[in-house]
Amino acid sequence: MDVALFVPCYVDQLYPRAGLAAAELLERHGARVHFPEAQTCCGQPMANAGFFDEARPLARKMVEVFEPYDHVVCPSGSCTSMVRNHFDRSLPGVEALRAKTRELCEFLHDVLKIRPQGRFPHRVGLHQSCHGLRELRLGSGSERLVPPFDKVRALLQGIEGLQLVELARPDECCGFGGTFAVSEDAVSCAMGRDRIADHERGGAEIIAGADMSCLMHLEGLLRRDGKPLRVMHVAELLAEATA
Amino acid sequence: MTHPEKAAAFVANDARMHWHDQAVWFVRQKRDVARAAVPEWEELRSLASQIKAHALSRLADYLEQFEKNAVAAGAQVHWARDADEHNRIVHELLAARGVTRLVKSKSMLTEECHLNPYLEKHGIEVVDTDLGERIVQFRREPPSHIVMPAIHLRKEEIGELFHDKLGTPAGLSDPKQLTEAARGHLRAKFLAAQAGLTGVNFAIAETGGVVVCTNEGNADLGTSLPPIHIACMGVEKIVPRLRDLGVFLRLLARSATGQPITTYTSHFHGPRRGGELHIVIVDHGRSRILGREEYRNSLKCIRCAACMNTCPVFRRSGGHSYGVTVPGPIGSVLAPHIDASKHQGLPFASSLCGSCTDVCPVRIDLHQQLLAWRGELAARGLVPLGKRVAAKVGAFVLARTWLYRLAGMLARRFLPLIPPRWHAWGRQRDLPPMPRESFREQWRKRAGSR
Repeated sequence: MDVALFVPCYVDQLYPRAGLAAAELLERHGARVHFPEAQTCCGQPMANAGFFDEARPLARKMVEVFEPYDHVVCPSGSCTSMVRNHFDRSLPGVEALRAKTRELCEFLHDVLKIRPQGRFPHRVGLHQSCHGLRELRLGSGSERLVPPFDKVRALLQGIEGLQLVELARPDECCGFGGTFAVSEDAVSCAMGRDRIADHERGGAEIIAGADMSCLMHLEGLLRRDGKPLRVMHVAELLAEATA
Repeated sequence: MTHPEKAAAFVANDARMHWHDQAVWFVRQKRDVARAAVPEWEELRSLASQIKAHALSRLADYLEQFEKNAVAAGAQVHWARDADEHNRIVHELLAARGVTRLVKSKSMLTEECHLNPYLEKHGIEVVDTDLGERIVQFRREPPSHIVMPAIHLRKEEIGELFHDKLGTPAGLSDPKQLTEAARGHLRAKFLAAQAGLTGVNFAIAETGGVVVCTNEGNADLGTSLPPIHIACMGVEKIVPRLRDLGVFLRLLARSATGQPITTYTSHFHGPRRGGELHIVIVDHGRSRILGREEYRNSLKCIRCAACMNTCPVFRRSGGHSYGVTVPGPIGSVLAPHIDASKHQGLPFASSLCGSCTDVCPVRIDLHQQLLAWRGELAARGLVPLGKRVAAKVGAFVLARTWLYRLAGMLARRFLPLIPPRWHAWGRQRDLPPMPRESFREQWRKRAGSR
């Protein structure tokens, strides 16, 4: 199966290891991974701030770049949701791109239908990123009364030695929120610190998540506060556990 | 002050912020428990949303039907275009009957219209009889939450306030004793009142009746003792039939406080014997929202405040940081309709986590509406110049792969050299350790080595 990797701009520039781990994982499960080099950004930073007109050319570019591929996989719930839920559907090619774009965990869980086996002897706190959870429905979430499910957690379930810690608020926002992180930095950081405290109380050594942007914000706070916790993209964790 | 400034001030008192967050989160948790006892919860939400959608789709017809039936039941119906007209109508009703002492039960509409200061200016004593509302009225401040108006205050602060206003012993902070003191104080006000004013939770077109949901019984006392009852409602409070009410009553209190139902659900069909019932129907910007498809859903709101209780920003910034009567996600969606330029910061006072949308009992797509507002504010040039420039520059760079690569490389080199205090990211957070090579550079090498 041929898969085109859509690597969000901030992953490309700041967390290449998460992108490489995603590629590694996909290859290990039989996919031929392509990285179309013309890609840049889905336009979320502009769209999230309300600049829809500025974001539109980037949607066009995304359509063009990924046109030759049948599957587009992205190691970010937020950027995947941008394509699936926020691209202007009246633009030519957008519907087709929406239909074939999946977040990495979603792709592993729903399309490749894998349940990774491996070993990762650590206490891990799972951070549910909001857009993955509530816009892509990677999990049932705490608000709605629906049968519980959690695709990200399901991928971690078969990993030996991995202990998922209990959180008091399993799906509260970390406070990143794109431009919110800087326009409301006081509240953003308070939210992040509260999330970290929850993971600490649960005894986590590692905070794992499917969105590097949330983790970048949490990592920034952890490093500033000199805390021993570290952050890992779920792809990195799975790549390491199943190596 | 802008929302970020007021929020930063609230966050700066770490103990209070955390206490507020916990207190409000506790209510969200109570809501979760109450909701879990209703297996058809999601279906109820859909039904409620559809009933409201239907009612809004023929709002004018239902309002006229309501008026006809309310008048037939003996009520008098008044129409107010906006807050000023509403205040004038209420004042004229009171003045014509020589009323100088009015008791009120909780009504966010009258808060929105700033009725209290208007009436006080005209020499009428207005006493809010909901305990939380009375507390904030004593403090001369607006409610910070639409269901729990004094949630921003600790019991010790209320003890001090009551010591000052009601003469309770200094240092008293026992909630039961403080409530007893307020009861005694309010009882005298009820007995002396010449008219009672309530809000309206639901107005039933089919019967012409209005329904008021309270927990303290103050609405009932305020409408049973004095002979004149004035009920003020926004146009969107209409439900078509009496039997629709069951859907909303099952959702409202569970979403608001985690109670299966409010302690009192009072139905008013016409005035009590020998009394008068006046119903004031207020537009105040609502028909403008009705005319705008992308925002229309927000008129379905039943003011349960579940979106506030679940909002991680509201819990950490406090209701007063929004600077409007209805704060939180729904308030941030509604306020810009009244004055987009004044409230341009509110749609940005959200991380767009979407919890509000999933918690809303009438399925308002709240975080999508916040995003829609961001788009509209940007399009109308109502966002700060810096943001506009950043968006233009960002879009220009990102549209060109070579330029993006260059910018990325430069950012990785030079961002760490900027003193962290100079940018909002760095005030409290470190930048990530900058990798020497981007993903795409490493990917190329990886492909080359295979």
